[in-house]
Amino acid sequence: MKMTYREAIRQAMHEALAADPRVFLMGEDVGKYGGTYACSKGFLEEFGPERIRDTPLSELGFVGAGIGAALGGLRPIVEVMTVNFSLLALDQIVNTAAALRHMSGGQFSVPLVLRMATGAGRQLAAQHSHSLENWYAHIPGIKVLAPATIADARGMLGPALADPDPVVIFEHAQLYNLECELPGDWQCDIASAALRRAGTDISLITYGGSLPKALAAADQLAAESINVEVIDLRVLRPLDTATIAASLRKTHKAVVVDEGWKSGSLAAEVMARILEDCFFDLDAPVARVCSEEVPIPYAKHMEEAALPQVPKIVAAVKQVLGK
Amino acid sequence: MIEFKLPSLGADMDEGKLLEWKVGPGDTVKKGQVVAIVDTSKAAVDVEIWCDGVVQELLVQPGETVPVGTVLAILSAPGDSLPLPPPGAGGRGEGGAPPRRPITPAARRRAKELGIDLDSMPASGPGGAVTIEDVERAAAKVSLPRTAAASDKQAEMRMAIAAAMSRSKREIPHYYLSEPVAMRRATEWLAKANEGKPITSRLLMAVLQLKAVALALKQFPEMSGFYRDNAFQPAAAAHIGVAISLRQGGLIAPAIHDVGDKTLEQLMLDLTDLVKRARSGSLRSSEMSDPTITVTNLGEQGVAAVYGVIYPPQVALVGFGRIAEQPWAEHGTLTVMPVATASLAADHRVSDGHRGALFLAELRDLLQQPENL
Amino acid sequence: MEEKELRAVVIATLKTIAPEVEEGDLRPDRPLRNQVDLDSMDWLNFLIGLHEKLKVDIPEADYAKLVTLGDVLDYLQKKLK
Repeated sequence: MKMTYREAIRQAMHEALAADPRVFLMGEDVGKYGGTYACSKGFLEEFGPERIRDTPLSELGFVGAGIGAALGGLRPIVEVMTVNFSLLALDQIVNTAAALRHMSGGQFSVPLVLRMATGAGRQLAAQHSHSLENWYAHIPGIKVLAPATIADARGMLGPALADPDPVVIFEHAQLYNLECELPGDWQCDIASAALRRAGTDISLITYGGSLPKALAAADQLAAESINVEVIDLRVLRPLDTATIAASLRKTHKAVVVDEGWKSGSLAAEVMARILEDCFFDLDAPVARVCSEEVPIPYAKHMEEAALPQVPKIVAAVKQVLGK
Repeated sequence: MIEFKLPSLGADMDEGKLLEWKVGPGDTVKKGQVVAIVDTSKAAVDVEIWCDGVVQELLVQPGETVPVGTVLAILSAPGDSLPLPPPGAGGRGEGGAPPRRPITPAARRRAKELGIDLDSMPASGPGGAVTIEDVERAAAKVSLPRTAAASDKQAEMRMAIAAAMSRSKREIPHYYLSEPVAMRRATEWLAKANEGKPITSRLLMAVLQLKAVALALKQFPEMSGFYRDNAFQPAAAAHIGVAISLRQGGLIAPAIHDVGDKTLEQLMLDLTDLVKRARSGSLRSSEMSDPTITVTNLGEQGVAAVYGVIYPPQVALVGFGRIAEQPWAEHGTLTVMPVATASLAADHRVSDGHRGALFLAELRDLLQQPENL
Repeated sequence: MEEKELRAVVIATLKTIAPEVEEGDLRPDRPLRNQVDLDSMDWLNFLIGLHEKLKVDIPEADYAKLVTLGDVLDYLQKKLK
């Protein structure tokens, strides 16, 4: 069955709401408006205002309320409009949700799912366009997911809700309109990275909104007889280092593609893991393609120039291969 | 600062593989000193430096193959009091240590597994790094049987000769002249000269012929020099390339320098030494790069005359056929005469047949007065 | 000197000039320089080698007598007596 990424997210939430009365959805514009990205269209009519709750513009307040509900035994899905706005709720997420299990000696857990859009590419300017996944991936006590395919959009919510600890799901804003066949086996784990394309010459390691670009670059390079392997991290915390290492043992070369900025990025963490685990397998310095170190610009041509793009990935691969 | 570049050791040379450095940073070198050994497609050549100086840094490592003109080493002039810092000495080279050769970790590990020496390995990776592929390629070469390596070398030389000779026939409008030369006086003079001499200091006819060519060139400078960039550059001295066939096949024509100024005895010593070194593969760069004319003596193999292909950028080639008795008419009398045919292949862009004919006549006359050679 | 011994010295000297020579391939009755492709420099070096090993003098006037391997062996045998 063909469906959009948006529809996959909607179906996943619908299934969870229908299956478990403890599950409810809360966030800005999720009810009457049907969700900023239309992921909860029709939910208010179907599940009622008790379980589909529009909130005031106060991330700190409604994320905190979600944590409280989780502590009280419910299974909240809290939608934050974009990762940029989630900074207002960082205190609740980092100091409360992530820390409570440890601070209570295991007595409390926070089974909260936080969904948020991330990424640039739609001319929404700096305050709506950043990729801050690495900030969350830095924090022990939470899991961080980045579904990049229809199947993961459909499949990741279930195990995230079943997890006893807080899980943050990043949905890249450019993926919502992605449309393709939903495979029959969309059920998945939230622990491992995925091999999206097998290859022998070089590993392209990426996640989220950069996956389609990496796959397009691999297609282009295949025409030049360069056989690229593409790894989708999927789970940004904890990182599946074993899958990365297995790929490097095969290809001996890697380029990391990450829409975050280079400095202190998730790409930097992946490169560090490669150095720790695969140093003697390396046959070239590892390279990365990241966003330019500027607040993401509004103007279309400048925004495009600031982001990782297919030609930049192709060039980086060739440079690493010495071609 | 002086840049010591890989010289062209012949028109057929595009690149060379550095086999060995004979000097290191800090060494003082004199003009003409052998500083490195470079493998061309033809032979391993001792490369001489063209100036005095002090070696600062070696930029190319043994095993690397680089194009002609690549800077091999940086030297300071003898007058410079302070040693130069290595170029780009920002974060490296403290304490004057040579820059480390980039070798990827995986290549290093693979080389260890295969027992391959990484020092003498061509590099193809980013930034000139040695990669796994380089190691495996080198390992494949090492494990080939030696005969295959030898035939590779021969094939390489064949290709080099093919390139130079094709260029010659494509670019040089050759004209050919020949002249029978009476050799009685020369053979008799040589037999007499050798009569009292121990076998180790006897002369060969080739030496007389070389000297005669050199003396003839003094009046015909348009036969000796180089044609480069659409212009002829006559040579000040006659450095005669001697065509030496190699036993395993192929041909090499290194120079004996200043042939016109040397005695026959000295030329004999030089020729013996040159042939020996050509066959053992230890020629010097100047011998390879600066012959101003070539002499070939195919008469040794029994042919009557040879019409040669000029070795670019030279402009002439002199050939000698075998010395054989022939009926010879002179002053109304028919006699039997030992005769050798001298021939000239010359570049029509530089000289005309008229001058070529006069040159051959001069050569013929010089060989009639062997005592003056 | 035994003929066999002398022959061994001559072949060994020849091999220093032409390493590819196989003794079995040499016809004793055919001109040596044609068989082994020796130019006058090679020939001179061959004779110098024999001179140094066997301490015999070989005047240039005698070169004409030395055509085949058999000639060379006979000549040297006589000189050594």
